[in-house]
Formats: sequence, structure tokens, C-alpha cells
Amino acid sequence: MKRFSALSLVVLFSMSTSAQEKPSVSGKQDPPSAGAAAAAAEEVRIRALEEQVRTLAQEVALLRGELKTIRDTKPADRTAGDHLLLASTRMEPGVLPSSTPATAAPEPVPAAQVAQTQTYGGATSNAKLLNPDISLIGDFIGTAGRNTVSPSRSLELHESEVGMQAIIDPYARADAFISFGEEGVNVEEGYVTFTSLPAGLLLKVGKMRAEFGKVNTIHNHALSFIDRPLVTNNLVGGEDGIDDAGISLSRFLPAPKNWFLQGTAQVFRGDSSDVFAANRRQDASVVGHLRLYRDLGESTNIDLGASYARGHNTAGVGSTIFDPANFLTNLYSADATLRWKPLRRAIYHSFLFRTELFWSARDQLSPLNVFQTQHAFGFYSDSEYRVNRRWTVGGRFDRSGRATNASLTDTGFSGILTYWPSEFSQIRGQYRYGHLWDVPNDRFTNANEFLFQFLFVMGAHGAHPF
Amino acid sequence: MRRTKMTTRISALLAVCALIFTLVNPPASRADSKLRIMTATTDLAALAQEVGGEKVDVESIARGYQDPHFVEAKPSFLLKLRHADLLIVVGLELEIGWLPPLISQSTNPKIQVGAPGYFDASRFAKILEIPTGQVTRAEGDVHPLGNPHYWLDPENGLRIAKGIQNKLSEMRPGDAAYFAQRYDSFEQRLKQADEKWLAEMKPYAGRKIVTYHRSWPNFVEHFHLDVVGYVEPRPGIPPSPQHTVELIGQMKRDGVKIIVVEPYFDLKTPNAIARETGALVVVLMPSVGGEKEITDYFKLFDYDITKLKQAFDATK
Repeated sequence: MKRFSALSLVVLFSMSTSAQEKPSVSGKQDPPSAGAAAAAAEEVRIRALEEQVRTLAQEVALLRGELKTIRDTKPADRTAGDHLLLASTRMEPGVLPSSTPATAAPEPVPAAQVAQTQTYGGATSNAKLLNPDISLIGDFIGTAGRNTVSPSRSLELHESEVGMQAIIDPYARADAFISFGEEGVNVEEGYVTFTSLPAGLLLKVGKMRAEFGKVNTIHNHALSFIDRPLVTNNLVGGEDGIDDAGISLSRFLPAPKNWFLQGTAQVFRGDSSDVFAANRRQDASVVGHLRLYRDLGESTNIDLGASYARGHNTAGVGSTIFDPANFLTNLYSADATLRWKPLRRAIYHSFLFRTELFWSARDQLSPLNVFQTQHAFGFYSDSEYRVNRRWTVGGRFDRSGRATNASLTDTGFSGILTYWPSEFSQIRGQYRYGHLWDVPNDRFTNANEFLFQFLFVMGAHGAHPF
Repeated sequence: MRRTKMTTRISALLAVCALIFTLVNPPASRADSKLRIMTATTDLAALAQEVGGEKVDVESIARGYQDPHFVEAKPSFLLKLRHADLLIVVGLELEIGWLPPLISQSTNPKIQVGAPGYFDASRFAKILEIPTGQVTRAEGDVHPLGNPHYWLDPENGLRIAKGIQNKLSEMRPGDAAYFAQRYDSFEQRLKQADEKWLAEMKPYAGRKIVTYHRSWPNFVEHFHLDVVGYVEPRPGIPPSPQHTVELIGQMKRDGVKIIVVEPYFDLKTPNAIARETGALVVVLMPSVGGEKEITDYFKLFDYDITKLKQAFDATK
């Protein structure tokens, strides 16, 4: 750590000195005589470069000829042949427009490509290898049916999530997920992970989905349903959930043989959807998570978790009698997942059962302006079965109180069918029923909806969440 | 007053967490001097075992009968990875769907990408089917860096083993002579075995076969077979009726009598094609451990060649 701060100091110092040097350098170039000398030197350099380009062009022509003879003598490569072109036939090495001898190359270069001094392919494509892995996931959702409590749009490109992932240096990697929704742009996650810390610590710094239960950590496109469970919307901040800027520290903990136990402690600024709000700088929120995992065989495993989150809320803002700083929200959750996937037929069959329970204790003012704590409970259970390589079916049961009024309990269930044209796209249909409290009309109503979704992935092949 | 209370509370919480983390430090450095090697697949484990002998403990993440593209990133693998001295991977993006999160969550600085304990075996092997032009997923799940099933060529096995020998000698200079002697022995035995395999396969040189996935380019190149079609219309795309009909037509025209299937693919479509064309479905093992008796790199080729010979003889 000391070394790191020393390093950053050095960097800052060198930056400031170089900034100071710049004006003096340009000042030196002002005298006209020096300018002329520089121009002459430039001329010489350009000539040398031209000469170099000429020899290189000759070499290219020579190599091309050789390649052509090799290709002509060798029978067409069947495996790569039909669809994939050889680089040389498609991408021309860039050629400086000034160097006329370059046209001596056997295959004339289209003008549009010559205009660029940069090469496409060839040596400079190695520089592109340092670009982060970039992907874009499109999430198109359509909704039909009746829902007066939480209506959604008939058709929408719900989210376009751009992911960028790269190794930063030998000690860290970074992941950024920027989602473009119908309402605007949001950095869903952007964090650096320090992978080489001592004592088995894993440190993440940035904005991230909090390690609170399971569904809170999953991105929209990786959910097993089109929507999130009711309980997420009622108690844990809806679609964005607990997603905040902060620091996360986790570590494997000692456990009995064959058990995996991991502890995570996170500190966030304290602003997450409608769950937490930092009214003052010290209103940070904290999240703690314990994960216990065990293989029950090579195809079956069990995954258990317990989570706690604590932060401030806005219920006391504006109150004259109570200190707004006293209004806290405490959240507890327990989750269990059972997975089955036979290794020999992993791409054809699998089963997953998951349940998550949430308890919310929210400090607020009653309608009569009395300080109270609402204790709400909610849960969901879902399961998913892969019937064959292309089809998955699933079902979910939802039940949840409301954070601000625990006596109102919404209930619902969903059934989903997913079709996978390939690993990189999904088409889904979901039926959703909800027995929901209608606040303006002061009564329960039934919601019957049909949702469908198209998901598509471009670019880098991201890892599958487990 | 409240401010200090809040700050103390948070710092107390952090302190407690830090305390838990440090107090419960498990015995990280065990006294045994064996190098702990984790590999992505069983074939690399077999090669590392050949070279490392009793100086190493080797374990593979994937099983031999499992599709190496679709391994799950289970936390139980993290427990094994965190104490590894060396991680050997196939590379060429074969493991891209599952290995990167395992590596970054392993909290093991030794095996991070680029660290001395990260060993990409593809850097030592001869790679085929490297697409050199435009690469799109219209081709299915293509591997832009080349076909990652390169270990099924004994010559590549030898090249990888040599690379492993150098790496192990670098990590344990004291045992360099031991590793060199192990490698020499492996090279000698493999060359002998390869002569035998080549002789066994010689009568069938140039035979046309169809395979399910593009897992066999290095194998067929070494043993002079000719793959004329695939059950998958594109890599990673399940068989379609139209492609199956075309494949049946092609197999009838070319007189193809063998359909090679990997152990992790469904046999329904291959069997249907076999019924139509009078061909034989042969389940060959792409990896060590695919069957119980395939316990090392030699037995892998023994098994596959025996199966192929039987099939060729049966479909003469």
C-alpha cells in the first residue's frame, strides 16, 4: 500500500513537471532560423522514409508473388476454404498515398483504402489485441395483457448493455457494464478487481451490484425469467436493486472438507434505488454476505447464502420532530439453490431450483406521525429445466409484503418457455399472473400478462454466470 | 455526536471483518514439496503427469467425457485453484465461457493470466483452422485463434510436454534433471507408440469420415483421414433437418461409412443418418478419462484407433 501511494505520488509529480516543460519547448522553436533547419531535417527524414516505403513495397510484391505460387500449387484448403477468406485477399496492407512505386504491387489497392495511412490487419492489428473484450447485449421486451398496478410499455428495447472487460495489469482486471435503457444511460457496474492481494483477499472497487442474495447480483439478461421477482420490486429496490459505488472485500473462509465458504464485506455510499439514500456523507450502507457451497456429486450441487444490508432511507426527510438520521432500513436474506447437470449431456439437460427469502425492517413515520418500523417479508421460488439443447421451461412463485406497508401482500406466479437458436440469442415467452394491491383504488386487482423477449449477444464471448 | 457514533460503528464493523479474515487464515503453505498443478482438461493433466512424475500433484478441472466448451465455473474449483502453483490451459478461447472468472476469483496471484504459473499449452502446439479473414458468428461458435482441439496429434502432445518440461524445470531447477529424464522417456515411448499407431492406420489412409463437431482436425491430419462433413451445420449449432438431408446425400455420393461422435453429444441425429446411409456411428474419445480404461495419453490413442479400425473393418 505504501509502495502504491509512493508510486502515485511519483506519477503525479512527473505529470506536473512535464506540464511545466511544454511551454518552454514551444518557446525554443520560435526563432525563424531554427525553424528552417528543422524543416530541412524534416525533408531529409521524409525522403528516408519514402525510400524505406519503396523497399518495403517491393518486398511485399515479392512475398505476394511467392504466396500466390504456394496457393496455386497447394490444393484448396477444404476446412477453412468456403466461407473464410485469406487475409491477404481482403485486407490490403496500408500504403502511403505519396509512394507511387507501391502501385507496382500485383493487386491494385482500392482508393478508399489507400487514403488511410493506417494499416488494417497486419502488424498494427496487434495493437487492437490490447482493446478490452467488448460485447453488446440487446434486450427487447414486449408486454400484452392487463396490469393496472405496474404497467409496462407494449414494446421496448428495454436495455442495451455494453460490456467491456480487460486485464488492467498483472495485479488487476476491470469490468464495466453500461446499460442504455429507454430512459437514459446508466453505469450498471464498473469496477476494478485486485486479484493478486496477499492473504487470499479479493478486493473490488467501483460501482457494483451488491453481494446481497442471488438475484440482486444477476444482470437483467442473465435472469432465468424476463422480469425480476415481485419481492425484488417490493423490498430490494426493483430492477437496479442494491447497486452502488463502494468497496468490496471477500475471502474464502475455513470450512469442513469439500465445503466452500466465502465471506464478503462491502461498504457503499448508501444510495441504491428506493432502498437506501445517503442524506449525509456519513450515511454509508454496508452489506455482508456468506456463501456456502458443496458438490453433492459431479452433476449435483447445493449453494446456500445469507446476507445482511443496512443503510439509511428517506422516510425522515423533512420531519421536524425526528432526526432524519435515525431512519434506517435493515435487510436480511437467505437463499438456497440446487443445481443438476449431468456432465455427459450438459448441453441437453439441466435443472435448477432456487428460493430466496427476504426480510425488511424499515424505519418510517406512520400516518399519525409516529416513529415505527415496518417488518415486511417476501420470497420467491423458481425452477428451470432444460428439456433439450434448444428449449428450457421454468416456473416461479412470488409472494411479498410491501416495504412501507407490510400488511399488503402481493402474490403472483409465472411460467416461461425459452428457445435458444444458438448460444448467442434467446427467444422467450412468459405468462405472469399477479394479485396486486392497487393503491389509488384501495383494493386488490388481478394482473394477467404475456411477456416476450428477444435477447442477442454481439462480440466477445462472456463467461456464463454460475 | 451522531457523526462520531456512525463513523465508529462503521469502522468497528470493518475492523471486525478484517479480524475475521486475518484470524481464520487457513494453513496456506503445506510442508509437502510437490508442485500443485491444475489443468483445464484431462489431456493436459496426463501430459503434465508424464513429465512431472512423482514430483507433482496434477488435477484437471474438466472431466474427459465432458464438453470442454461448457464447463461450469463451480466454486469447488476455486478451492483447488487457490493453492495451485501452475495452471495449464488449452487456450484459443476454448475455456472462455468458464475459466476467466475462476482465475480472477481464485485469489491466487501465481496463476493469474500472464503470471509465471499460467501456462497456455496452445503456444507450443501446431494449430489448424486459423481463420485469417473476416470472422463472424454466421459461422457458428468459431474460434478466431484456431481450432482448440489440437491435443489429438501425438506430435503436439510431444511439443506440449516439452513446454511443460521447460516450465517445471524453471519452477523447480533442482529437479530439472528429473523432468528432463521423464520427458526423454515419454518422447521415446510416444515415438514408438506413434509408429505403431501410424502402421495400424496406414491401411485406412485417405478414408472419408464425417464427425459431429470439428474436434478432430489434428487427429485426421496425423493419421491421414479425410473429414468430408459435420453433423453440426456450423460449430456449436445443433443439427438442422435441412443440413442433415444434405449430409446424407453427400455421404451417399462420397461413400462415407463412418460417423465419429464425441461422448457428450446426443446420438439421435447421428443414428438417424447412419440408418439412412448404412454408416456406422463410432463414439471416439477426444480426451483422457472419457472412458474408465483411458487413464493416460497413450491409452487415448489406443482406444480411438482400435475403435476406428473395428469400424473401418466392419464397413468395408
